[in-house]
Amino acid sequence: MGFNANLLIDLQQMLQYQFMQHAFEAGTFVAIIAGIIGYFVVLRRSSFAAHALSHIGFAGAAGAVLVGVSPVFGLLLFTTVGGMGITALGPRASHRDVQIGTVLAFMLGLGVLFISLYTGYATEAYSILFGEILGISSIDVLVTAVAGLIILCIVAVVFRPLLFASLDEDVAEAKGLPMHLLGMIFMLLVALATSIAVQVVGVLLIFSLMVTPAAIASRLAKRPWRAIIASVVISLTATWLGLFIAFYEPYPVSFFITTIVFVLYLAIRFIPQSLLDRVPGKFP
Amino acid sequence: MTVTVAAAGEEIVIAENLKAGYSGKTVWQDASFGFDRGEFVAIIGPNGAGKTTLFRLLLGLQQPLSGTLRIFNSPPKRGNPRIGYVPQRHLIDNETNIECLELVHLALCGQRWGFHTSARVERSTALRALEAVGAADLAHRSLSALSGGELQRIFLAEALVSNPDILLLDEPLANLDIRRGRELVQLVNGVVRSRNVTALLVAHDINPLLPFLDKVVYIANGKVATGRPKEVLTSERLTALYEVQVEVIRDSRGNVAIIGIEDYHGDE
Repeated sequence: MGFNANLLIDLQQMLQYQFMQHAFEAGTFVAIIAGIIGYFVVLRRSSFAAHALSHIGFAGAAGAVLVGVSPVFGLLLFTTVGGMGITALGPRASHRDVQIGTVLAFMLGLGVLFISLYTGYATEAYSILFGEILGISSIDVLVTAVAGLIILCIVAVVFRPLLFASLDEDVAEAKGLPMHLLGMIFMLLVALATSIAVQVVGVLLIFSLMVTPAAIASRLAKRPWRAIIASVVISLTATWLGLFIAFYEPYPVSFFITTIVFVLYLAIRFIPQSLLDRVPGKFP
Repeated sequence: MTVTVAAAGEEIVIAENLKAGYSGKTVWQDASFGFDRGEFVAIIGPNGAGKTTLFRLLLGLQQPLSGTLRIFNSPPKRGNPRIGYVPQRHLIDNETNIECLELVHLALCGQRWGFHTSARVERSTALRALEAVGAADLAHRSLSALSGGELQRIFLAEALVSNPDILLLDEPLANLDIRRGRELVQLVNGVVRSRNVTALLVAHDINPLLPFLDKVVYIANGKVATGRPKEVLTSERLTALYEVQVEVIRDSRGNVAIIGIEDYHGDE
């Protein structure tokens, strides 16, 4: 079975397989969530915290494999606790590179121990580190959907205060916004989003879904809502296209996803901002 | 824009024997002063003398060590919508590609949780705040693309959008050249006079402000002097207060320099 010029036939072929169905379902939830949360990660300059959380999640995923449950449960547990821990360090914790770096290295080490205690060593470690969307189970899809819905509900409630607190911390504090609570909610959102995104691109490639699409989008649009929509469109496109290509080519999905967002990033980076500004200006 | 008219004779800020600082460390004490509606007040003094501390007290971000402080006839509390605030060293990351109107809009509705539908009305309120500071043409420009003077205008609009009765402006002139600084002072003065708003402006150099001021608060060496500029900024008054020889020198154009207190040079 090969690639056909009629894309509809290709899609039909692809979706005959349950693993492709699951991959598209989970990939879609993840892309939407990562696109939204990624915008706040970029706005708050917290990409290192997101990176750290995914590494903390590695230990959780490996531990889950060791005790015989799906890695996503370990991811959720460890990233949530890790996120709360980072918040407890203080309001400026996302800038405490050394402390967070030290903890994430330790967690990676812990993950290596768990993996080595488990007999299926190489493949499990590989899929946690680099993602294995094609092997995702229907339970994982369900967990992803539920986590995604929870994230969407929280974002709907905190959207404006979180945006204001991220953009103008001092004024937001003076206006009486609960900055510590908002910091905690943000970390919780990143923890949940990271946990489900790891299934698609893995711990090491989390940037490609959580940061790069939002970074591209924030250069394209000056209004938060538009930037968030652009960010979601970019991560969805990369995920779908990545899955599509990977169905025909014997290379990992995460390679295609990271390559697509990287190429987009380069393209946008080299267009001067003044030129980009003209595009959204036409649709007031 | 509607102006909330305060009760006649309402003192906007009143302080009696106020002592400010952090646990165990007094920054300044024995401060008694009052600011009325529509007054333009400069707060000057050496670095680290506690000028920002006064703002933190008024904003309810910090409690007085002793004495009383009342704003609009009640103790300060965080989140008072009648206060407009422009913090110090308020720099926008040059990667923050968000339009100015959005920031001003958020200052109006950013405290609201959940969804709401009055966005259109609020956007036009935000736009009017930008017009009030002569920055309507910057509404759709990115914050990261603005000059220092333009940014300060946007921050002023952000503070004005909720239609406050008092403005707290912390070092708005810090990163501006002389001309832009003068423009901003004139703009603030225009806002004070046209809206009958009280403005407290922290500055390092009082001279660009002198022609417009109603009052000056001079904070140094743990003490606070308040009054009309001509009364406060005299050698006798400051020497008596600080118990060291202080000289206030005036040049032919009316500029002042305060000499004798560490780290303060009026011409700087």
